[in-house]
Amino acid sequence: MSGPKTGRRRFALSSTMESVGEVEAAADKLAEEAGLDEDDRFHVTMAVREAAVNAVLHGNEYDPAKQIIVGLENTGEALVFTIADQGKGLAPETLPDPLAPENLMRGTGRGIFLIRSFMDEVHFRQLQPGTELTLIKHLAPAGDKI
Amino acid sequence: MALTIASREVDGVTVLDLSGRITLGEGSVQLRDAIRDLISKGQKNILLNLGDVNYIDSSGLGELVSAYTTAKNQSAGLKLLKLTKKVHDLLQLTKLYTVFDIFDDEASAIASFK
Repeated sequence: MSGPKTGRRRFALSSTMESVGEVEAAADKLAEEAGLDEDDRFHVTMAVREAAVNAVLHGNEYDPAKQIIVGLENTGEALVFTIADQGKGLAPETLPDPLAPENLMRGTGRGIFLIRSFMDEVHFRQLQPGTELTLIKHLAPAGDKI
Repeated sequence: MALTIASREVDGVTVLDLSGRITLGEGSVQLRDAIRDLISKGQKNILLNLGDVNYIDSSGLGELVSAYTTAKNQSAGLKLLKLTKKVHDLLQLTKLYTVFDIFDDEASAIASFK
């Protein structure tokens, strides 16, 4: 049995929904190559898509002068995704809890919650300017895979 | 796959058969427009058939909530039919499963509006 395909990619994209689609497709490919099962692959791809949407929509606000910087890596032990924008910055501690009764009927505010639900680790780093999210999904040791 | 919406009438209920993805840029706006169109025409009973919707993102979830609220504010009812496992799991995770009336069977869903 061959080992996992490891490798790192990093690229810059314009602040468009087409870029979100590119990031989503790249994440799905990495998850598939890593051998994730269907549910984990769906969750990882969705989390990365949500992060990319946040970067394009809330971070860069579709500004054509700004880019999102995307990193994808399979370390052999985890899938690591970084998505950075060049926006005003995000304070995650200020985000309302979408599960609170008073927020349940809001039309927005579930993206970061979904990301945190689907990934094993989520880290926020403030840039000057912008925000970088690091999303990590641990991979089961090769011996644990059926 | 982009969202397609087909509309049909069953015993006074407008059933919207949705197929594809409900995401930002790929269906959220279409769904919003379809609901608003029905509400503006005075339709009070709306059933969203999600049996062929295999992907909803946070924006799509928000759109479902907005559609529900829009309908309720106009004294209309909006219910959900045939959730795929992925959509079912998402609604449970976000506690929206408690908000909507959800049916697996169309006849039961139609009857519930009476």
